[in-house]
Amino acid sequence: MRFMVMVKATKDSEKGVMPEEKLLTEMGKYNDELVKAGVLLAAEGLQASSKGARVRFSGEKRTVIDGPFAETKELIAGFWLIQVKSKEEAIEWVKRCPNPSPGESEIEIRQVFEAEDFGPEFTPEARAAEERMRAQLASKK
Amino acid sequence: MTAPDTHRTIDAVWRIESPRVIAGLARIVRDVGLAEDLAHDALVAALEQWPQSGVPRNPGAWLMTAAKHRAIDLFRRNKLLERKHEELGYAIDMERQTAVADFEAALDDDVGDDLLRLVFTACHPVLSTEARVALTLRLLGGLTTDEIARAFLVSEPTIAQRIVRAKRTLAKERVPFEIPRGAELVARLSSVLEVIYLVFNEGYSATAGDDWMRPALCEDALRLGRILAELAPPEPEVHGLVALMEIQASRARARVGPSGQAIVLNDQNRALWDQLLIRRGLAALERAETLGGARGWYTLQAAIAACHARARTAEDTDWPGIARLYDELAAQAPSPVVELNRAVAVAMAFGPAAGLALVDGLTSEPALREYHLLPSVRGDLLKKLGRLEEARVEFERAAALTRNTRERELLLDRARGCAVG
Repeated sequence: MRFMVMVKATKDSEKGVMPEEKLLTEMGKYNDELVKAGVLLAAEGLQASSKGARVRFSGEKRTVIDGPFAETKELIAGFWLIQVKSKEEAIEWVKRCPNPSPGESEIEIRQVFEAEDFGPEFTPEARAAEERMRAQLASKK
Repeated sequence: MTAPDTHRTIDAVWRIESPRVIAGLARIVRDVGLAEDLAHDALVAALEQWPQSGVPRNPGAWLMTAAKHRAIDLFRRNKLLERKHEELGYAIDMERQTAVADFEAALDDDVGDDLLRLVFTACHPVLSTEARVALTLRLLGGLTTDEIARAFLVSEPTIAQRIVRAKRTLAKERVPFEIPRGAELVARLSSVLEVIYLVFNEGYSATAGDDWMRPALCEDALRLGRILAELAPPEPEVHGLVALMEIQASRARARVGPSGQAIVLNDQNRALWDQLLIRRGLAALERAETLGGARGWYTLQAAIAACHARARTAEDTDWPGIARLYDELAAQAPSPVVELNRAVAVAMAFGPAAGLALVDGLTSEPALREYHLLPSVRGDLLKKLGRLEEARVEFERAAALTRNTRERELLLDRARGCAVG
């Protein structure tokens, strides 16, 4: 299963202040570890919201709002896309991440929908089939 | 944190840390089976202590230290071989002299090599293919026996037995914990790649069971392949294998229809292909090809998969290019299955009659007698040539040969299609 791991923006990231060299080195080492463990699919850092925009929808109407946006803590400053076995594993990986800002910061973990979340595997028939299989396995023990 | 939460956390920590812990221990005790037992003892200790004490800040170091203590205890008790004793004596001295963190750093230095040694040991040719698969998933994938059993639809005791026997064989045959060199490396690496691709294929086109795909196994294989690519970066075929798996996995969502039926490549909705995996696959293929040398089996297969991945529509597919790649593959690793695929590419590039001529040359091939794709391909070409009755017979023969329920449905469907036409 895949998880999107999102680093929240800080005042510094919104001001466009680049992280210190020490943090960049530590982050590089961490990313390296994710690659070596075969779990990292993609990772990107995002520029300050002053360089972004929002499109607001209201019925058929679209309004473009240019950045920056005020609610810093709700903004995303970067993300990883990782492939792991469980939410707990995603959490364990995130706990190993260096603190992305000098003070307090937060990283959010969200599970990505997979084909089987919609697909045939989740039909009642498939579930019944799996339960049958488990019963068979149990009887073989 | 509640106890069940802690247990799930411990499972996750185990998955992340156990390969490194086992590999590091195996270097010290020179016995992969013993290393795994020791690591497992440490896991049991964690299961006893962490629910009360909480998960330590560096759980990997905790597990390693706990396992190391057990190793020392065991060796003191058993008074094993003098050589091993000396090595452990060294380990004990080191423990006295340095903090755990330093030990971890020392271990980290060649943890990559230890992991690579572990890969080569788990895939050692003294073991049966089944044993290699189970041991690799267990030691390097961090999967539990139960998870492996469920993935391969066999009972847990069967897998547990297989692993115990494999560990015993490694010890009995005195398989050294090392990275093979020179000419041996090529042969041993190909055994490793074969194991990983076998796991992938079991997930990608399940040979048994009711489901067409088991995505978790594909993910396990991809993870192993990506790990190996970082452990052995100068080996082009490792990147070739990763490229092949990434590109094949990119089609996962498109190759199963709403009622679980299989959808063949040319009929897939390419908007459902995972562009991220395609990009990763193409990058891995480039890495393989940049390393130079004659393209190996996995790299060539990946190059073929890449031709499909690059085509925006089925009609855009570079079939003459694919036919050329199959020529290269047939020259390098001739096999009836490659010939069959080459025939398909030739049919697509130069017409069904040209393909059928090649397929007809394969019908007496003993290796393909039980292979359902031969009648399936032949049926397809006959149908395109308007020879419907012959096509129907071939599809039915193919349906009788496949062991996958979903695939059988697809083939019977095609047989019925010929009868109506």
